[in-house]
Amino acid sequence: MADLTRLTAAETAARIAAGDVTAVEVAEAHLARIEAVDEKVHAFLHVDREGALAAARRVDEKRERGEKLGPLAGVPLALKDIFTTEGVPTTVGSKILEGWIPPYDATVTRRLKEADVVILGKTNMDEFAMGSSTENSAYGPTGNPWDLTRIPGGSGGGSSAALASFQAPLAIGTDTGGSIRQPAAVTATVGVKPTYGGVSRYGMVAFSSSLDQGGPCARTVLDAALLHEAIAGHDAMDSTSIDAAVPQVVAAAREGREGGVGGMRVGVVKEFAGEGYQAGVMQRFEESVELLRELGAEIVEISCPSFTKALAAYYLIAPSECSSNLARFDAMRYGLRVGDDGTRSAEDVTALTREAGFGDEVKRRVMLGTYALSSGYYDAYYGSAQKVRTLITRDFERAFESVDVLVSPTTPTTAFPIGERADDPMAMYLADLCTIPSNLAGNAAMSLPCGLAPEDGLPVGLQIIAPAMADDRLYRVGAAVEAAFQARWGHPLLEEAPSL
Amino acid sequence: MPGITREEVAHLARLARLELKDEELDHFAGQLDDIIGAVAAVSEVADEDVPPTSHPLPLTNVMRPDEVRPSLTADQALSGAPAQEQQRFKVPQILGEE
Repeated sequence: MADLTRLTAAETAARIAAGDVTAVEVAEAHLARIEAVDEKVHAFLHVDREGALAAARRVDEKRERGEKLGPLAGVPLALKDIFTTEGVPTTVGSKILEGWIPPYDATVTRRLKEADVVILGKTNMDEFAMGSSTENSAYGPTGNPWDLTRIPGGSGGGSSAALASFQAPLAIGTDTGGSIRQPAAVTATVGVKPTYGGVSRYGMVAFSSSLDQGGPCARTVLDAALLHEAIAGHDAMDSTSIDAAVPQVVAAAREGREGGVGGMRVGVVKEFAGEGYQAGVMQRFEESVELLRELGAEIVEISCPSFTKALAAYYLIAPSECSSNLARFDAMRYGLRVGDDGTRSAEDVTALTREAGFGDEVKRRVMLGTYALSSGYYDAYYGSAQKVRTLITRDFERAFESVDVLVSPTTPTTAFPIGERADDPMAMYLADLCTIPSNLAGNAAMSLPCGLAPEDGLPVGLQIIAPAMADDRLYRVGAAVEAAFQARWGHPLLEEAPSL
Repeated sequence: MPGITREEVAHLARLARLELKDEELDHFAGQLDDIIGAVAAVSEVADEDVPPTSHPLPLTNVMRPDEVRPSLTADQALSGAPAQEQQRFKVPQILGEE
C-alpha cells in the first residue's frame, strides 16, 4: 500500500469513505511516523495516542453502520497547543500552564471532533504565540524539516513542521501577526488567516484579542479549504464572531484549480520590497506575478504608504493587549503557583509566579504594553498606533477599490538558523513585515509555496490578501497558482524536502 | 521621545507583577529602549484628524439570549487550582495582619 502519510487530506478521507483503508490504519501510520521522526523535529508537545485511536475507531464504526461520513472524517490533524482540549494538556508553550488539563474544549476543538477529524496531539509554539521562530517555547525549539538547524517559523512552528515532515496532513494555527502564514512560507506548506471573526476564539488562549485569528494549515489549498469550512462560522461563545455565512472556500478552491483567475485584477504592493528582502525571495515572487499574468490575471501596482508603519503600530497594539490579557495568570485559579510559603501576600506570590513562569519574550511584551498604556505615554504610543491602524485599513480599502486581491512575498527572507535572532527582538520582528497589515485591518490572507530561493534552496511563500469576508478569493487564486506551479515542477514542492 | 532607564524598567516590572532579577533589569532596559525607539515612528503619521481604530469589527454590545444552559461543575472549575478548600479557590493572604 502507498505510504498513508503522503496522501492529502482529501485523498485520505476519500479512501476511508470508500473502505480502501480504515481510519485506524491511517491514525496508526501517522503515530508511527511521529514515533520515527519527531525526536528530531520536535513538532509535538503532547501526542494523544489513545484519544486519536479512539476517534479513528468511531469513524470506522460509523462507516460500518453505513452512516454518511463528513469530508474530513478520519483525517489526522495536529492542533496548536493554544486551543483548549478537554482532558488533554494545554500549555501555550509556557511553563506557567505546565501540567494544566483544561476542563472544556475550545469551539475549534469541538468542531474538529464533530467533523470526525482525528486529533493526533498538540503542537509546539512560541510561548503565548509571541514569536516568529518557535524558539520562545518553554519546551525547546522545533526544527524546520527542510533543514533541522533552521527555524520552522513561528509562532505556529510545530504545526508547520508537522505538515512538512508528513506527521499530519492537516494542522491548526493561530495568526496574530503572521503566525500561520510565516511558518507556512518557510516550510513550503499552505496557511490561511481567515477574516477576523471568521473562526471562533472561544477556548483559544488570548494573546492580542483584536488581532488573534485561528485558521487552517495544510499541504494543499483544497485541504486548507476543507479544514476552513470545518472550523469556521458564527459562535455565540465569541462576541467578536461574525454572524454571517462562511465564504464558499471549498468551491472556490475547486474552481481555481480549473484555472479560475482569468479577468481577475491582482495588485502588487509596492512597499513590500527593497532593503531587507532576500534576492531569491524577490525572484520567486516576481515569477509568481508573471505566472498570474500568464494565467490571465491583470497585474496592477498598488501603493499602500501606511504599511511602512505597520510593524511599529503592531508592536504597540499587540503588547498592549497582551499586557492586559496575561493579567489573568495570577497564580490563583489555575496554572503555576510559586513562593506560597504561608508568609507571602497574594501579590508577592503572583509576581514570583509570573517571574518563574513567563519567558523573556513574554516579559518584554508585557512590560512594553504596560509602558505604552501608562498615563503620560498612552496618547503618544497606543493612541498613535490606533491611528496608524485606521490609515492601514484605509490603504487596503483604497487598494480593493481597484483590485480583487493583493500579492506579496509572505516573509522577507527564507528560514534563518536557530539562534540567529534569538536575542535581538527587533531583528526577529522583521519576519512579520508583510503579514502584519492584514491582522491590523482584519482581512483574509494566505501563504502558499512558490519555489525555493536559488541561493539557499529553502522555501519561499507567496502571500495573497483579500478583503474581509472574501476569503474565497484566496482559495480561487491560491488553487490556480498551486496547480500551475505543480504542472511546471512536476510534483508538489514538499517532495524536494530532504528525507528525515 | 525619552529613552527608557533601568529604574523605569523596575517600575514597569512592579506594575506588571514581575519579580525581575537584577541582571534581567539591565538586559531588558537595553532591549526595551531599542524597541521603543523603533515603534515611536507611529507618531510621525498620526495626525489629530485621524480617528483611532481599536478593533477591526464595528461591533457594540453583542448579546445572546439569556438562557440557562450547562456550565462547569465546581469540581471542574477547581480542577486546575493550585490550592482549594471547601469548594473554593484557596489564595495567599490579600490583606495585611492588622
